[in-house]
Amino acid sequence: MSLYKAETRRLVKRRFTKLFTVGALLILVAVAAGVFLTNHKAGPDQIAEATAKAQADYKQSVAGTEQMKKDCAAVQGTSRANEFPPNCEIAAPSESDFNPDWYMPPTFNLKESFRDMVTTMAAVLALAAFVVGASYVGAEWNSGGMMNLLLWRPRRLQVLSTKLAALLVGATLLTVVVAALWTAAFYGIASARGTTAGMTSGVWQSIGLMELRALALVLTAGALGFGLASLGRHTAMALGVAIGVIVVFQFGVGAVLEIADAKFPELYLAPFWVIAWMNKQYIAENYNACNYDVTGSCQPDTLTMTWQMAGTGLIAILVLVVGAAMWTMRKRDIT
Amino acid sequence: MDAVLEIAGLQKTYRSRKGVRRALDGFDMVVEAGQVHGFLGPNGSGKTTTLRTLLGLIRPNGGRMAILGQEVPRHLPAVAGQVGAIVESPQFFGNFTSYDTLSLLADAGGVRRERVDAVLELVGLRDRAKERVRTYSLGMKQRLAVASALLKEPKLLILDEPANGLDPGGIREMRTLMRNLSESGMTVLLSSHILGEIQLICDQVTIIAAGRRVAHGSVAEVLASHASSSVRVRLEPGIDLLTAAQLLRAKGAQVDLGTDFFTVGNAGNPAQITRILAEQQIYVSELTPTTADLESVFLELTGTAPVDGQNRQVDQVAATAQGGWGQ
Repeated sequence: MSLYKAETRRLVKRRFTKLFTVGALLILVAVAAGVFLTNHKAGPDQIAEATAKAQADYKQSVAGTEQMKKDCAAVQGTSRANEFPPNCEIAAPSESDFNPDWYMPPTFNLKESFRDMVTTMAAVLALAAFVVGASYVGAEWNSGGMMNLLLWRPRRLQVLSTKLAALLVGATLLTVVVAALWTAAFYGIASARGTTAGMTSGVWQSIGLMELRALALVLTAGALGFGLASLGRHTAMALGVAIGVIVVFQFGVGAVLEIADAKFPELYLAPFWVIAWMNKQYIAENYNACNYDVTGSCQPDTLTMTWQMAGTGLIAILVLVVGAAMWTMRKRDIT
Repeated sequence: MDAVLEIAGLQKTYRSRKGVRRALDGFDMVVEAGQVHGFLGPNGSGKTTTLRTLLGLIRPNGGRMAILGQEVPRHLPAVAGQVGAIVESPQFFGNFTSYDTLSLLADAGGVRRERVDAVLELVGLRDRAKERVRTYSLGMKQRLAVASALLKEPKLLILDEPANGLDPGGIREMRTLMRNLSESGMTVLLSSHILGEIQLICDQVTIIAAGRRVAHGSVAEVLASHASSSVRVRLEPGIDLLTAAQLLRAKGAQVDLGTDFFTVGNAGNPAQITRILAEQQIYVSELTPTTADLESVFLELTGTAPVDGQNRQVDQVAATAQGGWGQ
């Protein structure tokens, strides 16, 4: 327990931890502020204004059509008649083409839009957890702190596991608190600048489960950063692998799959798996294929990437990286 | 006296694409309780590998080690609380203050926080304890390293080059500290290149070369075992030193000429000198065994004495002379 307390203190004391945590929180605050400022409450005034605008546009459109019919009739029998439809058949606009809803200012619908906000929060916190996790153990290896600690606590696996536990518990606490504040903030934004309609207990439960998946994503990212930096005994190892994965596997593989005209390139790209994990599924579509449905229209081939498939992949990568880090910690000399 | 530290037949082999290198080749060492024990060896001889192996940082390929009667590395967790150590250059996280660094170690090791202030006072860092370690000089980092080793009030203190980077005052303070710790009952294993320091403060020494122990015992014993091989020779006034030296060299002696004397370095049997010179009507007025210092013994035992015109490589060891001329 004393080692765990010391490691928690060490993690919290690090400037890098503070910097990245504050940075992540500032990004989230900026997102929330942006959503607040760009959305407005749809009250009677806004509805009246939108209805008036729609009516005005409708009348302007009707007047324009009438004028066009007159112009058309005037040029019949001349060379300019080609500029208008034959027999001046110009359809008059319908009032339903000017739906007042389309003239409403953007409004934040908690039920429809909050899921994207949870994904945003998960992505920002996962990135911070990855970098903090990598730096936490990488700097220890690089500075000789790990060797000093092992002189005090010569149980290597216990030391590395305790460090990982301190990181994961810290990341859990942060994510739970941020998720609670994030939910409260967007409930407030929806109340002030949108609507909370339709938020049944089932929807809240679904959002709760989504936030749990966000927590799992953050913890996985933290553990991966930690494991990679521990394997390379340097922070740069984890950051290098992350950059390598982005450049080679995402941009490189993405480009190659595009050229090769692959059926479902999303299958090989990490961001789509993250979306599948967070939204429970992602449906990849191949528009080169055409499947006629009962109405005779062309439908693309689809492949559903599920959260179970994404979760299995995450666990496999996690076990591989953290397992390798533990194994090397146990076996390799510390020089 | 009880052995606090025992090493027998320790072996460590490094394998790489360039081949196999034996860092430790059956190394032995015994450190008895309450001693200040000097651990000497040239660069690359296996000193740090020995200390790292002893402290569980490196896995040995063979041999046996025990600290405070407990086999290590198997029982290292049980004795780690009684062993304070610094290995090689002091390494700390630069953004923490020395107080933070020590208090984190104290927390990790279950040591009372009051010890932090006590050791900072002891090593002279009390007034700089709230400054970041990255602003420290090498000598200050060295003091911090010693403080970290003393934090848990160890029974065995292992210090690798503790005087590295210290100013002359600091070296003297460190010497006094070692002596005081030893007098308080602590056993100190001290690895150093400053042979004068070792000679001043160590009760016993072990010398390692090419991964093997080449000498051990008290400083006096080690010096005595190598003191008789060199003699200083003075001749009667008016006798040409060069002629006498050439006579002896012709018989295989290693002669160094001084202003009014010469030294025969490999004089296993000094009578041979007087006999050869007397046969040529040259008479010796003084024949004195020269007193070896630890440095010359070290250089001889480890085969690392500089040779004019040669650049000795780190792992290069000269063949040491076996026996002496005239025996």
